[in-house]
Amino acid sequence: MSLEGKVALVTGASRGIGKAIAHELARLGAEVVGTATSPEGAQAITDGLKAEGYQGYGLVMNVAEPESIEAGLAQLTEQSGAPLILVNNAGITRDNLLMRLKDDDWSAVLETNLSSVYRTSKAVLRGMAKARWGRIINISSVVAGMGNPGQGNYCAAKAGVEGFTRSLAKEMSNRGITANCVAPGFIDTDMTKKLDDKQRGAMLEIIPTGRLGEPEEVASVVAFLASDGAAYVTGETIHVNGGMYMG
Amino acid sequence: MSTVEERVKKIVCEQLGVKESEVQNTSSFVEDLGADSLDTVELVMALEEEFETEIPDEEAEKLGSVQDAIDYIVAHT
Repeated sequence: MSLEGKVALVTGASRGIGKAIAHELARLGAEVVGTATSPEGAQAITDGLKAEGYQGYGLVMNVAEPESIEAGLAQLTEQSGAPLILVNNAGITRDNLLMRLKDDDWSAVLETNLSSVYRTSKAVLRGMAKARWGRIINISSVVAGMGNPGQGNYCAAKAGVEGFTRSLAKEMSNRGITANCVAPGFIDTDMTKKLDDKQRGAMLEIIPTGRLGEPEEVASVVAFLASDGAAYVTGETIHVNGGMYMG
Repeated sequence: MSTVEERVKKIVCEQLGVKESEVQNTSSFVEDLGADSLDTVELVMALEEEFETEIPDEEAEKLGSVQDAIDYIVAHT
């Protein structure tokens, strides 16, 4: 499995699952451009890739802002060429029970987790269509299928991403472009570190494997979907959740 | 400098993967040259790029043949 000669754009790559994905794609030979919202974050991505001897660098991009996406992509295309692999990983949570949820919390999560996927995908399609090869991999979540109290906004956005991905897959499949989702369960990242011990304990009880997942265990599935070997997989959501939810 | 007609035909050949000899001015993109809906979108985008112009969706829909495209470009650039 080699991604030699491909440019991969990974959003939200400074830590957690995004960082693991960036490193895995780079390990397989892709030139990886990872995004972060701050210059410090972008620098950390560059340093992290360099430390492993990988090809790639960090780029400042805020996926919630259309202008920022446009500027970032222009810079990346100029510097490295059109990305043929796109991993939409950047995401935020603003959890609250619906009765207490604010309009801001709703729109911020929809904008960052769903609208961003529409924008970045649209921006890379031309290059992929020209190359007659492309991979769009969107990071969803187990809660898109399950639902989760306190995450109405996040569940809506992630379920939206899955529906969007299926449409995109149908539109572009005759151009050699696939679009898929990877839906992680509870992975050991900063996002799940926010949970308290009680929530953590309750979570472990419903995970048959009895442990949280590692970011690398999500990254390896993303890498498969990015490979030539996954050319006939499209419009699919692959669950990576230790068996806690089986669709 | 090539004429608008030559440039349009070159793009049509590239985008639709057809031979120059198959492309007549009267050729319909869909009926004669086998374009699908995605091909026509890509074709319009390629024309926009080549001639540095923007073709609004409602105009793009009317570009059914090679001659339509040539006429549009001549009138708008």
